[in-house]
Amino acid sequence: MDDLLREFLTETNESLDVVDVELVKFEQDPNNAKILDNIFRLVHTIKGTCGFLGLPRLEAIAHAAETLMGKFRDGVPVTPGAVNLVLASIDRIKGIVADLEASEQEPAGSDSDLIKELERMSEGGAAEAAAALALEKQASQPSKLAEMAAAAAEPPKQAEGTLVFQILERQLRPGEVSLDELERAFRETASEAVVIEPDPSKPEIIIKDAPPVVEKPTAAQAKAAVQERREAKEKEKEKAEEGEGKGSVASQSIRVSVDTLEHLMTMVSELVLTRNQLLEIVRRHEDSEFKVPLQRLSNVTAELQEGVMKTRMQPIGSAWQKLPRIVRDLSQELNKQIELEMVGAETELDRQVLELIKDPLTHMVRNSADHGLERPEIRRANGKPDKGTIRLSAFHEGGHIIIEIADDGKGLDIERIKTKVVENGLATESEIEKMPDAAIFKFIFAPGFSTASKITNVSGRGVGMDVVKTNIDAIGGTIDLKSTAGQGSTFTIKIPLTLAIVSTLIVESAGDRFAIPQLSVVELVRAQSNSEHRIERIRDTPVLRLRNKLLPLVHLSKLLDITHRDPSYEAKSEDDGFIVVMQVGQQTFGVVVDAVFHTEEIVVKPMSTMLRHITMFSGNTILGDGSVIMIIDPNGIATAIGSTTGGSLADDHRADEDERSREQAQTISMLLFRAGTMEPKAIPLSLVTRLEEFSVDKIESSNGRDLVQYRGSLMPLVYFDEHLQRKTEGSVPMLVFSDSGRSMGLVVDEIIDIVEDRLDIQVGSDRPGILGSAVIKTKATEVVDIGHFLPQAFEDWFQRKETSQEVTTRSLLFVDDAPFFRNMLGPVLKAAGYSVTLAESAKEAIRYFEEGRKFDVVVSDIEMPEMSGFEFAEALKRSPRLKHIPILALSASCTPASIERGRQAGFDDYIAKFDRAGLIAALKEVSNYEYGVAA
Amino acid sequence: MSEDLNGLAESIQYVTVMIGGQLFGLPIERVHDVFMPESITRVPLSNPQIAGVLNLRGRIVTAIDMRRRLHLPERTDGGQAMAVGIEHKGESYGLLIDNVGEVLTLATSGREPNPVNLDMRWSMVSGGVHRLNGQLMVILDVDRVLGGMAESLAA
Repeated sequence: MDDLLREFLTETNESLDVVDVELVKFEQDPNNAKILDNIFRLVHTIKGTCGFLGLPRLEAIAHAAETLMGKFRDGVPVTPGAVNLVLASIDRIKGIVADLEASEQEPAGSDSDLIKELERMSEGGAAEAAAALALEKQASQPSKLAEMAAAAAEPPKQAEGTLVFQILERQLRPGEVSLDELERAFRETASEAVVIEPDPSKPEIIIKDAPPVVEKPTAAQAKAAVQERREAKEKEKEKAEEGEGKGSVASQSIRVSVDTLEHLMTMVSELVLTRNQLLEIVRRHEDSEFKVPLQRLSNVTAELQEGVMKTRMQPIGSAWQKLPRIVRDLSQELNKQIELEMVGAETELDRQVLELIKDPLTHMVRNSADHGLERPEIRRANGKPDKGTIRLSAFHEGGHIIIEIADDGKGLDIERIKTKVVENGLATESEIEKMPDAAIFKFIFAPGFSTASKITNVSGRGVGMDVVKTNIDAIGGTIDLKSTAGQGSTFTIKIPLTLAIVSTLIVESAGDRFAIPQLSVVELVRAQSNSEHRIERIRDTPVLRLRNKLLPLVHLSKLLDITHRDPSYEAKSEDDGFIVVMQVGQQTFGVVVDAVFHTEEIVVKPMSTMLRHITMFSGNTILGDGSVIMIIDPNGIATAIGSTTGGSLADDHRADEDERSREQAQTISMLLFRAGTMEPKAIPLSLVTRLEEFSVDKIESSNGRDLVQYRGSLMPLVYFDEHLQRKTEGSVPMLVFSDSGRSMGLVVDEIIDIVEDRLDIQVGSDRPGILGSAVIKTKATEVVDIGHFLPQAFEDWFQRKETSQEVTTRSLLFVDDAPFFRNMLGPVLKAAGYSVTLAESAKEAIRYFEEGRKFDVVVSDIEMPEMSGFEFAEALKRSPRLKHIPILALSASCTPASIERGRQAGFDDYIAKFDRAGLIAALKEVSNYEYGVAA
Repeated sequence: MSEDLNGLAESIQYVTVMIGGQLFGLPIERVHDVFMPESITRVPLSNPQIAGVLNLRGRIVTAIDMRRRLHLPERTDGGQAMAVGIEHKGESYGLLIDNVGEVLTLATSGREPNPVNLDMRWSMVSGGVHRLNGQLMVILDVDRVLGGMAESLAA
């Protein structure tokens, strides 16, 4: 691309951004001549350069816009319509510039529509204003406008007057005046030129029409006009001087391409590394003659690094530049009054980071305007001022930049998010019910999620917040949000200042060194068993008392699952070591390491793709001594700590962790309700499809049973206790169970809660419908056997059971270490026509086989202690006597990988726990198959 | 592969290496350098087949323990490991091997497909076999050696 053109494009783009911002300001403060001057100057420059480069389209628009703004300068009232028009012109210019950038050619097309509009506005506006002026200040303020007014106000000359204006307008049209110098000359004398100077290219018209106008003013007026002109000229001169002043500032800065800067940055980074290496070498050789020059080199390098970093720093305001315009347009488009407050625009950050947050910020501001703020009438009804406020603020906090986008709108609509989450299958209704609000809000960051009920031009296309989050994640930032219904929401983005060089603390754990970014290190504490700071334990969780606070601790070696390379190395006492106190977000914790060395500035190098999945590290680098070191990711540690301390036990051993996750897997969500008696009853939540409430009068009776219309079909109702007095008014809560397109409602008295607990049925029950009793949340609770109720709604609910019963009663061995599942599924399998033998473990199951017992089919859990389901299946398949027995896996985790693993181990099928229908179908299938083989 | 298209007369140069007593050949154009890996930094929580990372002339190289990659027993003779530096998708890797042998020029026509009964884990990374005097040389398909690791990661 032509250098000149490139320069023009950069400059124009910058100017246009400024014009955008200034225009919005100007609209709010139309009397501020300074702003107007600034806009005028910028547009004028664009026009001038366009003429110089031979870009007629751009020039024509710029010119027309400039003319209109010239009118503003002359005192024509600024209307939103006019500003809109100018903004539209700026947009058109932008579009053309973008095309120009892409194709290096001005795109073909006509802008006569826009130009005509602009001209009409200039004329109309001028005429109006002129008329007003003529009426009010006729002689007192003689000006060019007065002259025009004189022409325009005189009825017989009306037509002529307009014609004159047209001529005057056309006189400045591009093409006719194409030389830059000429333009500049015009600029100097613009006000006079409009009136008196004849258009050199259209002499005949001017001669015909212009003289009367020029001669119209009286002598006094003319004098005044001359005076005025002189003043104007002086003003122009002042401005020109001002401009020159600015120009000299401008000439002190030069444009450098980003690539050059990036390259410079990389080289400095390498220099820093090399310096570090040299320093390391000198450190080993005591009195080396290199020491002094190296010290100097070191200082210079440090300064150079700082300097280069500075060149990359830009005020965040430059990312905000477009926002006032966007908000202004939005407020018109959405018919909302919006005020955009911007605080801390001068906060500086790395331009690389800046580029990456630009779009997310824009998107979020749009979102706030579109979704967040309400319409004025609604705001008024809620006792808020008509004008909604979006507040954008930026500030430094501990090596990070915090950007907040806050609005005083209605806040996030949690119900709608919930509905959307369920609709989009991101979580089930039951899962949602258990989540705290903050967790539900987080769903707006999920891909393809948008709660906007109607797709507006502004937002609601379902791409956005996930992109925002991805962008912010990519630069190691975090995003958080708070929302209060009716009061608005606040998004908080936390991003690092720079991505390139990080100051880190080098620590050692289990003989390996690691770098911890200093940004997140709050302090260092030396812990010794006999000192003031000693590591204490609650159950097995290490903690430290630090200034009256209890700090959770984690040993880095355990977190990273490393042991010393040298097996003979005698590990220090676990309670001895250094504690690196770190803060990540709101979380403070201590990381126990064996030793702390020095701090070192390091250049983060990206990790190999093969290592990128390890969340504990953010990158790696080469240290001064030439060795590679892994850089700890504080966020990764915080997450890991959160998940370990969040559990009921906090031990860091891998094996224990596995066991714990297993234990956690065994705690299940249960729905507690009351029905019939006062004792709470429980049912695994995952069996319940939905919770509903129907008013009693919706319940219809047909053929001796109660039904409700539910989702377009009739749903039979089953009462928990048939003999109980039924409610006659109000509404009744019910649990809806659905299976292969059919639903039934189990009517209960009251839904109490959803709890997460282990289910351990301790006392069996003979009562139909009750499996037994268990202690749930410290209360004795009856566990309901839903299998008892389902056939009451549809007699053929377990139709498959009949068919298999007809065949024969087959023996089934059910292996599961969890008593809950044995109790839960045992009856189900029995109901399906099997004679069921239960085994608590794979070992026990194998013992049964060794005892010579025979089973037609085996159903086994996968996750079991001692011997897993996989091993169990492999053991069975190894035995020639047992290998023909079909074996089904039942597991909570049904990932493709585990299913594949199951197949390899010899399982005939793999079924998810709770998939009762699936289990029965699979049983039927293997039985039939087997039957067929036998027959 | 291009050599297939170029006809039978073509020959390829292989850098031969020993891993766990087996001779392997790597196409010479894939081998950037051969070096003695020094001070490998292990990477906790990584795939056990990754020996760690090391600094090779200012570049961070991911070292792959080829014995583990090929499911061979750990080395016990205590000899100094060697590494073959290769590039894969713009990243540098070092394949840790036992020894480097000579460079052999072999006719592509002599290449035979993997025996069908070859260990799956080997045939996944092998691009065929050459019969040499007295021993067999397994062709290591570098892309599959590394690609396979990335895949297992994604799974």
